[in-house]
Amino acid sequence: MTDALSILKELISTSGLSGYESEVREVIQKAWSPLVNELNLSKLGSLHGFKHGAAIEPRPKILIATHMDAIGLMVTGIEGEFLRISHIGGIDPRILPGQLVKVHAKEVLPGLVIKPPDHLLPESTAGKPVEIGHLFVDTGLTKQEVAELVTVGDLVSFAQEPVEMAGDVLVGHSLDNRASVAALTLCLQELQTLQHQWDVWAVASVQEEVTFAGAYTSGYEIRPDLAVIIDVTFATGPGTSDYNAFPLESGPALGWGPVIHPVLFREFKKIAEELEIPYNKDVLPKLSWTDADALQVTAEGIPSMLISIPLRYMHTPVEMIAFKDITRTGRLLAEFIAKLPLDFPKNLSWD
Amino acid sequence: MPTQHPSSTEIPTIGLEQIQLLEKLSNACGVSGDEGEVRKIVLEQIQDYVDEITIDAMGNVLAVRKSKAQDSLRVMVAAHMDEIGFMLVKDDGNCQFQFEIVGGIDPRQVVGKTVRVGKEHVPGVIGSRPIHLTDSEERKRAVSISDLRIDLGLKNDKNIERGERAAFATKFFQNRGSLFGKALDDRIGVATLIELFKHAPPNIELLAAFTVQEEVGLRGALIAAYSLKPDMAIALDSTPANDMPAWDGKENTRYNSRLGEGPAIYIADRSTISDPRIIDHFVKSANENHIPYQFRQAGGGSTDAGSIHRQRKGIPSLSVSVPGRYAHTTTMLVRLEDWQNTFRLIYSGLSDISPELFKSPR
Repeated sequence: MTDALSILKELISTSGLSGYESEVREVIQKAWSPLVNELNLSKLGSLHGFKHGAAIEPRPKILIATHMDAIGLMVTGIEGEFLRISHIGGIDPRILPGQLVKVHAKEVLPGLVIKPPDHLLPESTAGKPVEIGHLFVDTGLTKQEVAELVTVGDLVSFAQEPVEMAGDVLVGHSLDNRASVAALTLCLQELQTLQHQWDVWAVASVQEEVTFAGAYTSGYEIRPDLAVIIDVTFATGPGTSDYNAFPLESGPALGWGPVIHPVLFREFKKIAEELEIPYNKDVLPKLSWTDADALQVTAEGIPSMLISIPLRYMHTPVEMIAFKDITRTGRLLAEFIAKLPLDFPKNLSWD
Repeated sequence: MPTQHPSSTEIPTIGLEQIQLLEKLSNACGVSGDEGEVRKIVLEQIQDYVDEITIDAMGNVLAVRKSKAQDSLRVMVAAHMDEIGFMLVKDDGNCQFQFEIVGGIDPRQVVGKTVRVGKEHVPGVIGSRPIHLTDSEERKRAVSISDLRIDLGLKNDKNIERGERAAFATKFFQNRGSLFGKALDDRIGVATLIELFKHAPPNIELLAAFTVQEEVGLRGALIAAYSLKPDMAIALDSTPANDMPAWDGKENTRYNSRLGEGPAIYIADRSTISDPRIIDHFVKSANENHIPYQFRQAGGGSTDAGSIHRQRKGIPSLSVSVPGRYAHTTTMLVRLEDWQNTFRLIYSGLSDISPELFKSPR
């Protein structure tokens, strides 16, 4: 339990953009390897951790999905000392000027996203947000050094270091969704002492931010009886106060809507209440824009549940999360798994 | 007692020790009007070398090193200690504060950054609405400062109040020949002036002014120049190097200054027309000593020279800047060689300057 914060800080100090997750996967492998019976990789690079249940075979299987990929940037051109960039995943270009980054070139180079002064940009952008195609990354290297080290297609990840703030708050990049990876790690730690009948497949999925390819393929390969997806949702904060946002430290948000199997929602709600874990009901009128959307429709269909951790300033390098919501999510998940009866799949009726 | 100063016989250069000092100065927070943390470092650095020292009514550090010669020129060298930043102006009561910009910061540089608040450097965040909740129309508008907050998390355990300052949280670092950090405008001038003060050329009376409130209107320098009553003045600052490509591929003719081309000598900016006698003297010194230099393109911007040159009966003044990219953002970038050459130019130019220079009228 005590090292979950340090694992999370390591996870958000590590690169691993969508499609190129190997760096962060190694950190997760190291954290999970003492907690599971077996680790393997999917063809697309998702990490599968298998922990067998206590019941006799054949046992039902639960899949827990947490995506490990992160949003970031990519080099699209080189103009002398300066690098042109594009984005991987959803990034509002208005947050980019002044961000410190790492350019994953022949060696990792520190860099800075810069906005040229208005007089070097189209007149129409004066005083307005500058689109990503007009921004540069400056590594401080000379033209010759850049030509030697940097190639079009090199990845650029955020360099924001983790910041611990008052009230057990953590700030950093990629807390979406490394915070959920940490929650799943905590769950696996709890399962070391909680007996569970079911087989557990812990999945750190790839490419959620772009195509959900990891969720589709790991779901297909593992074919679980049910799936629980952990991701982040909006926390209330400046400019964010609608029905779909929840206060920081108000507990996990339990998904409800067409993507969610209603029995799973009710079961999680019941357990949260028994354990006196605060929670919110996260109403999702349509899709959830998480791996749940993919897992629900994988193969012949997988009953799915989404648990979301409130996060401020999503998809910026200064995402903010309350550590307590991560530990609550991990505990709720572990208790759910431990309480799963072998005949539970039979109860999964929509009516 | 000038003879008791530590030895300064070796030829001074900008090396590891000076870079480490710049790092310390860059990481310190000193938003205009709240320069105490920088002042403390300055005082520690120069205390063993001063003949006279005053901290004046606004907090300028005025330090004198006497000349070893008769009738020497009284030269004021100014570098400002303050930096751009923020002031917390309204407490929303939930560890979030509305804030205003202090100095010139483009609001487009503020979103999604970390800051340090108050004397204890309490971490804070300026976040943004998640992209998922915005539409394309909203993303066409720059975020207004009044819609942003400095967010301290879930607990204000250091009792941060409205009125406190915040500065960008960037930590200084070096990569090969480039130095990155916040507030290099003008901590690089402060570091240069500290080094000059430790190795003051013996032919001049060096009047060092580590000034306050430059970023809010060159205010500290105004009273510093009055008090010091110099014969001439140099403002050491940092000037923008806007030397990146223009969007349409045309030649960038408005670069202001360029990295790697040496100290930027000012001919004119918005607030000062430099004294041509001092320009000529420094250009001559640069040429004789094979020091690269460039002329900063005339145009906007201003330095402490703007206040100094019209103080009392008039003070012949020049500004010399280390070229730097991305001033007034989270992170500035300068080249070590430009800093080294700036120091060489200032040192060599002052080492052979004399009252003769001002015998002929301007």
